[in-house]
Amino acid sequence: MRSAPLVRTLVLLLAAWACASPAVAGQTVTLLNVSYDPTREFYDEFNAAFAADWKRRTGDTVVVNQSHGGSGKQARAIIDGLQADVATLALGYDIDALASIGHLIPADWQKRLPSNSTPYTSTIVFLVRAGNPKGIRDWGDLVKPGVAVITPNPKTSGGARWNYLAAWAWARSQPGGTDATAEAYVKALYAHVPVLDSGARGATMTFVERGLGDVLLAWENEAQLAVRELGVGKFQVVAPSQSILAEPPVTVVDKLADHHGTRKVAEAYLGYLYSPQGQELAARHYFRPRDAAARAKYASQFPEVKLVTIDQAFGGWTKAQAAHFADGGSFDRIYGVR
Amino acid sequence: MSRVAHGSRRLLIGVALLYLAVFLLLPFAIVFGEAFAHGVATYVAALTDPAARSAIVLTLTVAAIAVPLNLVFGVAAAWAIARHDFRGKSALVTLIDLPFAVSPVISGLIYVLVFGANGWFGSWLAEHDVRVIFAVPGIVLATIFVTFPFVARELIPLMQLQGRDEEETALSLGASGWQVFRRVTLPNIRWGLLYGVLLCNARAMGEFGAVSVVSGHVRGLTNTMPLHVEILYNEYNPTAAFAVASLLALLALVTLAARAMLEAREPDLRHATRAVQVAQATSP
Repeated sequence: MRSAPLVRTLVLLLAAWACASPAVAGQTVTLLNVSYDPTREFYDEFNAAFAADWKRRTGDTVVVNQSHGGSGKQARAIIDGLQADVATLALGYDIDALASIGHLIPADWQKRLPSNSTPYTSTIVFLVRAGNPKGIRDWGDLVKPGVAVITPNPKTSGGARWNYLAAWAWARSQPGGTDATAEAYVKALYAHVPVLDSGARGATMTFVERGLGDVLLAWENEAQLAVRELGVGKFQVVAPSQSILAEPPVTVVDKLADHHGTRKVAEAYLGYLYSPQGQELAARHYFRPRDAAARAKYASQFPEVKLVTIDQAFGGWTKAQAAHFADGGSFDRIYGVR
Repeated sequence: MSRVAHGSRRLLIGVALLYLAVFLLLPFAIVFGEAFAHGVATYVAALTDPAARSAIVLTLTVAAIAVPLNLVFGVAAAWAIARHDFRGKSALVTLIDLPFAVSPVISGLIYVLVFGANGWFGSWLAEHDVRVIFAVPGIVLATIFVTFPFVARELIPLMQLQGRDEEETALSLGASGWQVFRRVTLPNIRWGLLYGVLLCNARAMGEFGAVSVVSGHVRGLTNTMPLHVEILYNEYNPTAAFAVASLLALLALVTLAARAMLEAREPDLRHATRAVQVAQATSP
């Protein structure tokens, strides 16, 4: 019985902690941006720039907290109660889940901001070891004997799904290409994959730190970042003849932001992504900006690649997801009977 | 014959030492080597970084809540099991072992299913603005779950081994229950108790899987030290990752040193521990 006051104190402490961390304390506003793996460095810098801008415009201090992980996992966490004010995920399908499963945002969320709610885009490129010893130039080279390809698991990784669809779209666009030849190509491709990581950053680490594989299929920004962080001269980026236009969209998580009373600042935060400053920062972190001026300024780091969109090539994410990544989809056929 | 035996003994010892060196000492050396790869200043900077500091504070806080709770529970459970016979006793013993048998990831998911937005209590918690999952309480709960058996598991065999003679003598001489516990039981079990607490603490600070599921990974708010290590490593910052990891490694060293000291002071504990191991190894 002696321990009762102790236990009571602890319970009180726990409860106090649970209720603490409200959105507004004095003049400080807190936002939580739940994002996917390769945006860490970009949002680090962007958050500081936005906070400075917001302070100048309103006098309020805004603190933006970040959470990063595989895109699908992050969507799941928001649905399970992670208190995101804004979600900036790898693909529209994951944000769709916030509407269809979580009922946290309206179904037409993607129409609310310009350019499909996608302030920056990216594409899928190849990262190879310095000097490109295996002579990898295009998708066809990936299935040559002795080439090991690193790409994460499309069941859990948004980036991996873009990789998969880019490969599929390329194979189908070859002379005589059909869905059947594309499936045969992608199957051959996955026979060259020694390990499936769960997320894009994990796959990058497998390739650059553990030294596995000859080529990494990666987000353009992820590949460029790896080259910059790990020293130019160890790796180089190869742009294939054709790739896919990856659109990682953003949205305010209406229900949670309204509950926190942060809608105004959350909307301003996303708006700032479209501003010249936001676009410039995105370009500096190797995301392809929508803004023409920023695009021109950083033209040298974005090689011209023929880009197909998910709508053109696959009729949108819902169809692509059902045909390729749902249980029984093409990925299960390919990987199950490898 | 004896020369052969002598040779094979040397060989075995050599193999064991080599195994230890490759699988234990080498990783340990690498952690510290990498942590100091860019000098002491970088090491200190990595540990005083706000995100690292908050991870350290959170880890200490979580341990400070989980360990005392499991201490109280462990003593109570061990007392009940070693000193009393009751129906369902073996079921209780099995339950205490459950966290050892369950994968930590499952332990975390259980709490998501119970307290998550779509879980049993999710809507009630949301209405009252109480956050459990993806906040500190969830991390504390998951940590309590995985560190639950350490104290009880250490004490039960020790108390069974010691028997109840001394306590019954004290009772027959007129001591109250509380007096018996404080004057007789506690002194008998104190070293085992301390050892259980050490192990419990080491696991509480080092837990990754269960905490990873319920954390939400919000930098500066819900990242514990092990989670922060992973994030730093994934951010192309291996030196800082190893710096934080070196603190966890130090914790392991301190735990081991404390264990050695305890065993030196209290040879009984070693016997008890060994008896426990034999009992566990031979029980079906």
